[in-house]
Amino acid sequence: MNAGLRHVFLASLARRRLATALSLLAIALGVALGLAVQLIHGAALDEFGRGMRLVAGEADLQVMGPRTGFDDALYVLLAQRPEVADASPILEVEASLPQRDDSLRVFGVDALRVRRVQPALMPVPEAEVAGEFGIFAADGVFLSPAAQAALGPGTGGTLAVLAGPREEHLRILGSVPGAGRGQRLAVMDIAAAQRLFDQVGRVTRIDLRLAQGVDRAAAIERLRPLLPPGVELLAPEAAASQVAGLSRAYRVNLTMLAAIALLTGGFLVFSTQLLSVVRRRQELALLRALGLDRRTLLRGLLAEGALLGFVGGLVGVALGYALSALAFSIVGADLGAGYFEGVEPGLRFEPLATAVYLVLGVAAGVAGAWLPAREASRVAPARALRASDDVEVLRARPRGPAALASLGLALLLCLLPPLGGIPVFGYAAIALILAGSVLVLPAVVRLAMRALDGGRFVLLRLAHARLAAAPGQVVVAGAGVVASVALAAAMAIMVSSFRTSVDDWLSDVLPADLYLRASSSGASAFLTPEVIAQVAATPGVSSVQPVRFDTLRLDEAQFPVTLIARPVAEGAPVPLVEGDAASVRGADGLPPAWVSEAMADLFRLAVGDTLSLPFGGAPHRFRVAGVWRDYARQHGAVLVELADYRALTNDSRSNNVAIRVAPGVQAETVAAALQAQFVGRNFELAAPGEIRATTLAVFDRTFLVTYLMEAVAILIGLFGVSTSFAALATARRKEFGMLRHLGLTRRDIGRLLALEGALGAAVGVAVGLAAGGAVALVLVEVVNRQSFHWSMDIRLPLAALAAFAVTLVLLAAVAARLSGYQAMRQSAVLAVREDW
Amino acid sequence: MLELDGLAKRFDGQAGRALFSHVSLRLAPGECVAIMGESGVGKSTLLNCIAGLEAVDAGSIRLDGTELVALDDDAFARLRRRSYGFVFQAFHLLPHLTLAQNVALPLWLLDCAAAEAQQRATAMLAQVGLGDRADDWPRHLSGGEMQRVAIARALVHRPTLVLADEPTGNLDAERAADVLELLLGSIRSAGAIGILVTHSRAAAARTDRVLRLTATGLAEEAVAA
Repeated sequence: MNAGLRHVFLASLARRRLATALSLLAIALGVALGLAVQLIHGAALDEFGRGMRLVAGEADLQVMGPRTGFDDALYVLLAQRPEVADASPILEVEASLPQRDDSLRVFGVDALRVRRVQPALMPVPEAEVAGEFGIFAADGVFLSPAAQAALGPGTGGTLAVLAGPREEHLRILGSVPGAGRGQRLAVMDIAAAQRLFDQVGRVTRIDLRLAQGVDRAAAIERLRPLLPPGVELLAPEAAASQVAGLSRAYRVNLTMLAAIALLTGGFLVFSTQLLSVVRRRQELALLRALGLDRRTLLRGLLAEGALLGFVGGLVGVALGYALSALAFSIVGADLGAGYFEGVEPGLRFEPLATAVYLVLGVAAGVAGAWLPAREASRVAPARALRASDDVEVLRARPRGPAALASLGLALLLCLLPPLGGIPVFGYAAIALILAGSVLVLPAVVRLAMRALDGGRFVLLRLAHARLAAAPGQVVVAGAGVVASVALAAAMAIMVSSFRTSVDDWLSDVLPADLYLRASSSGASAFLTPEVIAQVAATPGVSSVQPVRFDTLRLDEAQFPVTLIARPVAEGAPVPLVEGDAASVRGADGLPPAWVSEAMADLFRLAVGDTLSLPFGGAPHRFRVAGVWRDYARQHGAVLVELADYRALTNDSRSNNVAIRVAPGVQAETVAAALQAQFVGRNFELAAPGEIRATTLAVFDRTFLVTYLMEAVAILIGLFGVSTSFAALATARRKEFGMLRHLGLTRRDIGRLLALEGALGAAVGVAVGLAAGGAVALVLVEVVNRQSFHWSMDIRLPLAALAAFAVTLVLLAAVAARLSGYQAMRQSAVLAVREDW
Repeated sequence: MLELDGLAKRFDGQAGRALFSHVSLRLAPGECVAIMGESGVGKSTLLNCIAGLEAVDAGSIRLDGTELVALDDDAFARLRRRSYGFVFQAFHLLPHLTLAQNVALPLWLLDCAAAEAQQRATAMLAQVGLGDRADDWPRHLSGGEMQRVAIARALVHRPTLVLADEPTGNLDAERAADVLELLLGSIRSAGAIGILVTHSRAAAARTDRVLRLTATGLAEEAVAA
């Protein structure tokens, strides 16, 4: 195509500035959201991976155990093995910090070993405060630069941590410069850490550097038999990939939401291009009559879409980086979801992701322009030159079979399992539902118009006749509305179902009157049996149920699962979805265990199966008595009777305790008594209402980004209504001029446009709501189940959806009315100027 | 009765160049006149002024004794609905309405019941020779047929005044003659007043009077068919 011809096509974009600008903006927003999600999570994952590599250092293999650790005799055993050149034991504790909601990772290290295996963790004492043997000091700690910046006190100051029920003050003797800026951690002597956190003789990890010439796989094969149950031998990168895997579903979910925003942008390009083709029908026919071939015409029109996509993509890329920078500073690297706590990544230029999203922008532009371009290239020039009305093009061929095929295929895809833990087929089903709902629009418009009588109201009759004869007008204006409404409705239904289910679940799991816990975060604090006894003896307390948490490594490929030991028979009810909570041993004598839905999915467990849980240094067999709903732990959890756990481990510590008050006693009275009793201790006392409020606040924060994306998609949908009606009103200015001649006022024309906008949007919203319901079902039953392993009860937020639908229809009416303003303002005489 | 007295119109209001002035005319029901004149003399503007779509700078327009110059936009719109019919050069049928619906449009605007509007529109279509195509679409018609529908639309609500600007401008001579006969015949039989703006002497010759518009007013002239 030569420069002159290029100008003929591309200059059209400049001629319709508003539509071009809105299309650009729509693509830019889609690209920006997608790229921002990618950049933010990419940076967080990079930093997290860097942290894992940094902590692993030169290690070839890592011996990992549960959170409560394992016997450090294993270290001696492994260090003497011929396959091992160096072994470095580590006690890693998620230390609770008094009066703070966050925790600090404290690494107890052997300074002589860490230098050779994990040099980045080497503490550097400040000579003036640390003295000659500062790195072995029992009360000394070394902070990474990020920890120093976050926690305040520098070298020479003190750091308060919770160790069991005690608050301990450690002297800050220096720094860990090798940790870099993004890692918030502390290092201290391993013996001191063991004493401090009541873990004498225990380590949580041993990092191994293999002897020269020893193959890693061979070493794993030879060393694995030496490990006690619940302790795994992993390559350092496996641990990082476990965390990445845990957050992957969440990241893919957000990326898909951004993709839908981009898809809506593509619909907008479709609307504006189709209307442009309608307006330029005679111009394009003239070009064809002058000798332009179909293919060049098609290419020219596709080039318009590509240019829109490219410029929109460029703006989107700039916006994406700006959004990422903003998100880092406001909600953090995990976008509020809590996957990457303790990591402070920085924004970097990502050439590959940038290029991919730029290409996606161009693809959205070209895809949007495809159908209108094909339509224009197929029209016979003689016919197009003669006919100047837009109804012919906007008649919209019925695509019932394609719509049905689309929806049928979506149904089939929902039955397929995830690929690599990602519900790929679920997302494909969502895309097919959206496509099917747009394809079904012309048929729905015809049905709706058949059902709706114009009545005596002339404007309604005119609007009715227009939409009945040109359902394509609704398709053009409504495609974006359908996609955005479907997305918004689906998310609203999913979030409402999720939130209600979480709320119900909280009622189930928080039946007590008060909860006392050792600390709001971290694992270093716990409650001793003496504290539990004191609580039980407090006046007004009717009963207490202590709870103990630990982590268990069941499979090297999976993230550790959480062990919860509490009284089940007399304690809080278990929110079961399968099985029963009767705490009785079966005929085989095995104690019962109740697994969460995530654990049942991840480890393919069902009621009646046997399960081996490695704790207390030995494997213990349990019978799966039930599957329960757990919204707190995506990686899985297993619940056992506290009595069984204690009998097997001799661990009498607890992390929190549920307290029931005696009949007639106010919970506040007991709370006051407990606070007086434990004054100065870092225990946290909370009523179920407070815990529920905090949990739901975290829930809402997690979905904040989702709401933002929904709002953007709806905005883009409204852009679609606005640009469509602006273009249609301009194309119909002669019709409006004639109606003015026949006695309609300008106001009447405005009302007519508003009515058409409202009717079109109502159909779009109705189809969008139906599609949204279907997408919500896929989200709840397929995407969430396969991504997070959570089931939930469907709850329709009917009032909110109705308000949303009415608001959108009204907004569409206003958008149509405002967009047609220019065409309405034109003098009736000028509109039919060629005649008068 | 339509009475124009001393109408004057300038380009861009009072400060602009005079387009025409001293335009006076009296037309009785059933009378059809043609207005001719040089291009740019303001023939179409005069029709616009009569239709209330452009304001006059001086003078008076009375229809059946009612002064129209002082009417506001909405009041004139209501008057047009009731008392005016229009025939355009390019027909201006709404492509999304059937022929009957296009013809019924003025009745809809007058809040006529759907069944009655349909019945009157179909009868009117029969009068213009398209009675069997009431449910057809404008895209299936020839130019002459489209103008027949436009004539039916202009007369269906029995207006007092029918304004037609170059109603045969898009038609060949044979069709133009047919359409003109139909238009003038229909206006006369309906007892309406008809004003045609045309460049065609043949068309003008079929009206009752031919008037030439100049900058200084309307003058009657004799035209041989």
